[in-house]
Amino acid sequence: MKHSTFSFMWLLVVILSVCCGPATVWAQDGTPGAIDTGDTAWILVSSAFVLCMTLPGLALFYGGLVRSKNVLGTLMHTAIILCLISIVWVLLGYTLAFGTDVGGVIGSLEFLFSLGVGQDAYPGTGIPHLAFMVFQLMFAAITVALITGSFAERMKFTALLLFAVLWSVLIYSPLAHWVWGGGWLAEMGALDFAGGAVVHISSGFAALVCALMLGQRKGYGVESMVPHNLPMTVMGTGLLWFGWFGFNAGSALGANGGAASAFVATHIAACAGGISWMGAEWLRTGKPTMLGVASGIIAGLATITPGAGFVSPLAALLIGLVAGVVCYAAVVLKIRLGYDDSLDVVAIHGVGGFTGILATGIFASVGAQGLLYGTPGQFVIQFVLAVSTLVFVVVGTFVILKVVDLVVGLRVSSEEEEIGLDLSQHSERAYS
Amino acid sequence: MKLVTAIIKPFKLDEVKDALTEAGVQGMTVSEVKGFGRQKGHKETYRGTEYQIDFVPKVKLELAIADDLEGKILDTLRTAAKTGSIGDGKIFVSDLNIVIRIRTGETGEGAL
Ligand SMILES: Nc1ncnc2c1ncn2[C@@H]1O[C@H](COP(=O)(O)OP(=O)(O)OP(=O)(O)O)[C@@H](O)[C@H]1O
Ligand SMILES: [Mg+2]
Repeated sequence: MKHSTFSFMWLLVVILSVCCGPATVWAQDGTPGAIDTGDTAWILVSSAFVLCMTLPGLALFYGGLVRSKNVLGTLMHTAIILCLISIVWVLLGYTLAFGTDVGGVIGSLEFLFSLGVGQDAYPGTGIPHLAFMVFQLMFAAITVALITGSFAERMKFTALLLFAVLWSVLIYSPLAHWVWGGGWLAEMGALDFAGGAVVHISSGFAALVCALMLGQRKGYGVESMVPHNLPMTVMGTGLLWFGWFGFNAGSALGANGGAASAFVATHIAACAGGISWMGAEWLRTGKPTMLGVASGIIAGLATITPGAGFVSPLAALLIGLVAGVVCYAAVVLKIRLGYDDSLDVVAIHGVGGFTGILATGIFASVGAQGLLYGTPGQFVIQFVLAVSTLVFVVVGTFVILKVVDLVVGLRVSSEEEEIGLDLSQHSERAYS
Repeated sequence: MKLVTAIIKPFKLDEVKDALTEAGVQGMTVSEVKGFGRQKGHKETYRGTEYQIDFVPKVKLELAIADDLEGKILDTLRTAAKTGSIGDGKIFVSDLNIVIRIRTGETGEGAL
């Protein structure tokens, strides 16, 4: 005990002394470019927008969908992941994703502990390196939080903490490097404007593995698992939508025409997704539902994400319409197959992200050319991007869950599940 | 004296309360309850999954009344709570032997 406290103090001293040393100047491309105040303002605001997607947006979206005995446990997943992954990102995740490329697969340790990430412009942009780092941090955090919908109402809290950290470092950072940090997919010319693969395919298919490995909730298909507060979910939908403008339009990394184009595409796809999901379920079950519209909006947003900066408003409309129907079909398929992806992360983010990556290869016309604009090769590259992301995430998530299962176990006991996460894991109640 | 217990649709509560007060009821107790009748609940669909909801929300009214008011109260309840569609509810009437007004110690119809 005494010994470990001592070595921890020693580590702190080392870290602090390095941190307080002379700030490293960005020197990769020689002299840094000038800071643009408009760009910087937009990216800082966008970063806060993406924070608001996670907390409270996603937390409320998920929180309303569970039973009342699990609502705090569900909000807790998102809140603690935000805190935890932010720190992991600053210390290690960022450098693995955006450090100088090593062999196309990972970033170097040059920004370990975010040393050397300073106020000078990030190469190719007019924003401070720090702004770029914190904008990316918000993406890292929400991606892990998205996965929690698949194992809602049954994951052990310690398992969640361990899983979140391992997944972010071992899956998210390498993937972000491959696509955005100069890795092999970036080299290949893969297009992923704001994270159709890095955020949505990755969280969505990690969710599939989680749902399969944790198994169904107790009483699935027998007991009623009706959402306990849909107005909460609708509120979350609105906050996600709002924040998504920072997510997509912010990914232009500047306050410019590209940002405006992504902003418009994002909004149109959200609306189209809401309409088409509603239409599909209206035809199938006879009633249009609020939850259907909310789900369709998120499906539209997830699906437009990779193409937001590359497509015209009309293409965004088409992509959104397709998203609502395809993602609804994926939900129906889930029910047929019988796996318990409790809050439909696979159907909305996995399938939406996959569809969006392919759609980008078809419809890209702004700053890149897809299949329809004479570049069939782009579609092939997009296909490679989607499939390699999926395979990497599925295998990686499987291994991580095996390890977490061995170390702490994945599920709460059957009795704790019966009582609910709020009381069994946290000794508190949402509504008293 | 009679104890009238009525199970009605929640949205009808205000209307029923006004009509009963008009008809001379002195007091009533209301609670939110759940139950089912012949149709055995209803179905709800969330993201394509259909759930059988066994217990439907209802409001339960309890009224202790004098014998001579019985006819009028039951008529009032029946008309005010009726929509004509399924699930309108039920009225149960039973004999009531003792009523005590706690503050004054009065008993019987004077205590109602
Ligand atoms: N036999 C009963 N015993 C106790 N409570 C009952 C009984 N029948 C009905 N209730 C209560 O009354 C509520 C409303 O019943 P409901 O009006 O649906 O009866 P019903 O016989 O199905 O008539 P309807 O065909 O008009 O629907 C039920 O949800 C339940 O709370
Ligand atoms: Mg009935």
